[in-house]
Amino acid sequence: MKKQLLAVIFALVPALSMAAGSPAKLDAMTPDLYNVESLHNGARLFVNYCMGCHSAEHQRFARTAEDLGIPQEVIEENLILNPQTAYNDQMRIAMTKADSAVWFGTPPPDLSLMARLKSPEYIYSFLRSFYLDSGKPWGVNNTVFPDVGMPHVLADLQGTYSLSCDPNAVGAGTIDPLKGKVANPRDCFKEATPGSLSPAEFDKAVYDLTNFMVYVAEPSKYQANSLAPKVLIFIVIFFFFAYLLKKEYWRDVKS
Amino acid sequence: MAGNRNKGNPGLMGWIDDRFPATAMWEDHLSKYYAPKNFNFWYFFGSLALLVLVNQILTGIWLTMSYNPSAEGAFASMEYIMRDVEMGWLIRYMHSTGASAFFVVVYLHMLRGMMYGSYQKPRELIWIFGMAIYLALMAEAFMGYLLPWGQMSYWGAQVIISLFGAIPVIGGDLAQWIRGDYLISGITLNRFFALHVAALPIVIIALVVLHILALHEVGSNNPDGVEIKNELDENGIPKDGIPFHPYYTVKDIVGVAVFAFVFALIVFYFPEMGGYFIEAPNFEPANPLKTPDHIAPVWYFTPFYAILRAITFSIFGLEAKFLGVIFMGAAIAILFVLPWLDRSPVKSIRYKGWMSKLALVLFCISFVVLGVLGVLPSTPGRTTLAQLCTAIYFLVFILMPFYTRIEKCKPVPERVTG
Repeated sequence: MKKQLLAVIFALVPALSMAAGSPAKLDAMTPDLYNVESLHNGARLFVNYCMGCHSAEHQRFARTAEDLGIPQEVIEENLILNPQTAYNDQMRIAMTKADSAVWFGTPPPDLSLMARLKSPEYIYSFLRSFYLDSGKPWGVNNTVFPDVGMPHVLADLQGTYSLSCDPNAVGAGTIDPLKGKVANPRDCFKEATPGSLSPAEFDKAVYDLTNFMVYVAEPSKYQANSLAPKVLIFIVIFFFFAYLLKKEYWRDVKS
Repeated sequence: MAGNRNKGNPGLMGWIDDRFPATAMWEDHLSKYYAPKNFNFWYFFGSLALLVLVNQILTGIWLTMSYNPSAEGAFASMEYIMRDVEMGWLIRYMHSTGASAFFVVVYLHMLRGMMYGSYQKPRELIWIFGMAIYLALMAEAFMGYLLPWGQMSYWGAQVIISLFGAIPVIGGDLAQWIRGDYLISGITLNRFFALHVAALPIVIIALVVLHILALHEVGSNNPDGVEIKNELDENGIPKDGIPFHPYYTVKDIVGVAVFAFVFALIVFYFPEMGGYFIEAPNFEPANPLKTPDHIAPVWYFTPFYAILRAITFSIFGLEAKFLGVIFMGAAIAILFVLPWLDRSPVKSIRYKGWMSKLALVLFCISFVVLGVLGVLPSTPGRTTLAQLCTAIYFLVFILMPFYTRIEKCKPVPERVTG
């Protein structure tokens, strides 16, 4: 009896926290800025699927090319879709904010810093959490970002999914009060139409895309990572000599 | 002070010394400024604060070269610095990390002063100049935080400026006068920029000069709280004193190396410091129509912010928000009069009684707990805890004249003990 009572109480705790608007449970995502293949694929996906509506206006194509080792011709032929855009231009889009505000209800945000504003985990989970919802303008909703105004742009890769549990429960990754416990929120997604990629391939694609967005959010990381050991080693050597100098001078100070 | 010292010497220095007290100043403040020989770990933070000040001024100057102080261009110019300016990211992170580092070293420097009674007679003015620096530093940091023009910049400033609005009668007009607009706008940004890069740095530098001049006039205190000037040798030099240069210059350089290591580690690997140095909402441009879910000031303001939020009741018809502002102001103001609250015959915590020791520990705990609470969203439980800590914070000072007088102190040695 006691155990059952405790079970009920513990079962209610997450439900209560959910009532207070707890954030969605996010899937783990560890970026790897040195996985060039992943970043190249991410850049390709970003330009082809995101940059229809989203800009990355603080980042330049040329910078991306230099950092990721992509030849200028490849960038110009495959990633710069607007003939007016130069290699050294920022990654802007043709859609105006005024137009997109009318079409989507709000202009799609610039994505330069999205990975730092949210988190890699958030983007990785968000892009994999669309489900069919006929009540929404684009026919889809999202468990990580409920009522999002964005269509499921990766649907041709992922296919479409319907949700077999309460979307709130999936979002919180905890309990569906009516249908019982959701062990793994991913189990609630049921494939409705297949996409061109298998689930594992799709997860990999979203990982690559997220990885690229992490790079775009802070391209200076490469320089920081390469400079850091040199600076730190210099300081350690400096400390060693500074300490010896101090010891030498203080030899004649009697305590 | 300089008198006719070092006059009539040959050479270039002689020529200069006949016209400007260069050698005399060098001697007065460095080579013949006698500091107690028993400075410990806690005495690194004064020189480190000076180092961070120089870091802030230099990196600040270089940031100003590429920063655009307008509501339209500020956010984009920050990213321009981060991406397109050569080493811009490093300069920016050194400045943003430097801001937090400044408060870390200043808080430790102030704690040192409290521990060893460095504010006591005859060093009251040193303490007051120091407190003025701290106040100017808070204003400087607050105004600097608006400049990236991110969401937290905007809404943090909104919260703090609205505090002035809580003052009865004049509050609304005062807040509007500070903003220069009906809401925080490019006008506010421009004036904060002017104050941040010109006015306040001048004030801070001037106060630092006063702080050091006052210190060198009376001499440094030490962990024993013994006046080394009471024991002079035949040449009139304190027996327990050693020239600041070279002894403390070489010692401080060791401290600089340790500090630089930690600083570089943060700058290169953890510039956001888990959201405490650079808050995530600041990666989104300021939007006056969208309030962030949770607005928290930067960590160094949070103890006072927690005090502000702890006042949830009204007394004498004064509304809670205004009372909160008063308590927050009083929490800082009470530190100014610390030299007159401490009535102890001894300076250092080493020789004070158990009540002073307990009070200092309670002060530190309440300050840290308030700091943590200020970061978190408030709940009824946390508000109660914040009220308790606020009460402790103030009681430590209000009761100080009593417990410092009645407690039994240990005998203070004649000379420093090392």
